[in-house]
Amino acid sequence: MHIKAYRYSKYKGVNEMEAKKLGIWLVAIALAVTVSISGTTYYFGVGPFARGRTKLVVTTTTSLYDTGLLEAIEDQFEAKYPIDIYFISAGTGIAIKYAQRGDADMILVHAPSKERAFLEDGYGVCRKIIAYNFFTIVGPEGDPAEISGLTPTQALIRIVETGRKGEALWVSRGDDSGTHTKEKGLWTAAGFDWTKLRDEDWYMESGTGMGKTLQITNEKSAYTLADMGTYLKYYTDQLISLEVVVDAGKELLNVYSAIAVNKTYNPEVNFDAAITFIKFLVSEEGQQIIDQFGQGVYPQKLFYPTVQLLKENTDPTLVSWIKEFAYFDGEECPEEYQDDHKELYG
Amino acid sequence: MSVETEIFEIAVRAIAVSGAATLLAALWGLPAGVFLGLKSFRGRSIVKGFFNAMLGMPTVGLGLILYLAFSRAGPLGFLHLLYTPLAITLGQAVLITPITVSFVTSTIESVDPEIRDLAKTLGASETQASIAVLRESISGVFLAIIASFNRAIAELGVALMLGGNIRGITRVLTTSIALETTRGELVLGITLTIILLSIVFTLNTLVNLIQRRETG
Repeated sequence: MHIKAYRYSKYKGVNEMEAKKLGIWLVAIALAVTVSISGTTYYFGVGPFARGRTKLVVTTTTSLYDTGLLEAIEDQFEAKYPIDIYFISAGTGIAIKYAQRGDADMILVHAPSKERAFLEDGYGVCRKIIAYNFFTIVGPEGDPAEISGLTPTQALIRIVETGRKGEALWVSRGDDSGTHTKEKGLWTAAGFDWTKLRDEDWYMESGTGMGKTLQITNEKSAYTLADMGTYLKYYTDQLISLEVVVDAGKELLNVYSAIAVNKTYNPEVNFDAAITFIKFLVSEEGQQIIDQFGQGVYPQKLFYPTVQLLKENTDPTLVSWIKEFAYFDGEECPEEYQDDHKELYG
Repeated sequence: MSVETEIFEIAVRAIAVSGAATLLAALWGLPAGVFLGLKSFRGRSIVKGFFNAMLGMPTVGLGLILYLAFSRAGPLGFLHLLYTPLAITLGQAVLITPITVSFVTSTIESVDPEIRDLAKTLGASETQASIAVLRESISGVFLAIIASFNRAIAELGVALMLGGNIRGITRVLTTSIALETTRGELVLGITLTIILLSIVFTLNTLVNLIQRRETG
């Protein structure tokens, strides 16, 4: 006790010095906070704009981003234009929600029914179809439900039948993404009400992204609907052993579109940059990046460009499928949603 | 940009963003913790209980709340902070404040109350007595700050919701790990995890050494 008393006796004499020291410490900490925060912000945030570049926030569906396609496009675009693209990778549902809240300048999505509502509600303009590929129904080796070779609709009916017998499982994304939207449409086309199916034992909802869903499906030896890009990536890297069982038919068509956020709806939006980027995506250069992406890495193309196909009608069947599935009243983007950019639809 | 430089940049960004958050939390958390630890006032236990409970704040939950606040349609939208590193810093500072406050409070409470009384008996003023107590609990304060930093750099929810994981702007270690995992790049994910752990370990060791020299 008296040792402590000795130690603390010094406070009596140097009271003011101690208080001063504390003050200096507080000032030092405050200074460190200010410097580090402003430094961080400048270096990582403001820096690019001081160099005269503008910012374009694009919320995008996961399949385009997670495969790496958008990064490939970004690199070439940013080298050419003074625009920095901020990609926010989320499901189509969230991508649209973010744009509606004014947090995005543009969206890249793949759910025509949702896109139509987005245009009609006044949130979006200047829609352009940029790419397509096909969804695929994947399942365990051996195909226990024996759906290989069936049409998508027949296959789903068979999965329900065998599922109810306890011989097959289905994993749904269940996350309101573009893929989930497609899946719901397929169930409806097959004559089922998905809101009732989800209560059945053989039907599971992963509530997560495509990659994770594929891994769950793989673990459970189940079936699921996947976008070709993510599936090929996982399959090629040997992360899953699921096989493609149904991959043909217009029901499985997957169409990706770009939509700019309407500047009348959100005046703060970087509309000009969005239009510049959309034009780049549908330009020969942009379409070529989409066409060549992943070549040599994957056994087949992940995405197919659409611009030339739709313009020159090189594959009438396919074009009719795209038009039926992803056109609104016979048009890529009805005139009232074209803003002042008719040139996009020449 | 090569993968190595990109990873390096991500790691530096993660340290800068979470380091700033830690300093910010210390700026208001330390005084608050000292105050809570030393003063007795009505409702003190409620305030303490609040901070203790907030230790369990789910990071995505906080991320969502702050997203709604920082969103252009939200009350703080005019600041244009969403999808900037500063937004992550602020969000992480909010997240770790309860850690700073609770740790500092309990370390100060654990100091022998006699020291304070003794200092006062020896003629120290209230402030000086507080400084004496703070001195005794300096290692606990270090621990509070380190624990706060560890939580900040290791959290995912806030960084993802407020930063958006934008390449070259707001991509930090945890958001990269999440992205690479969904991409199926598991090796890269593990590499990033090891980098994160190395940072945390190195920093903890450094602080331990400094502390030993200071107090030893």
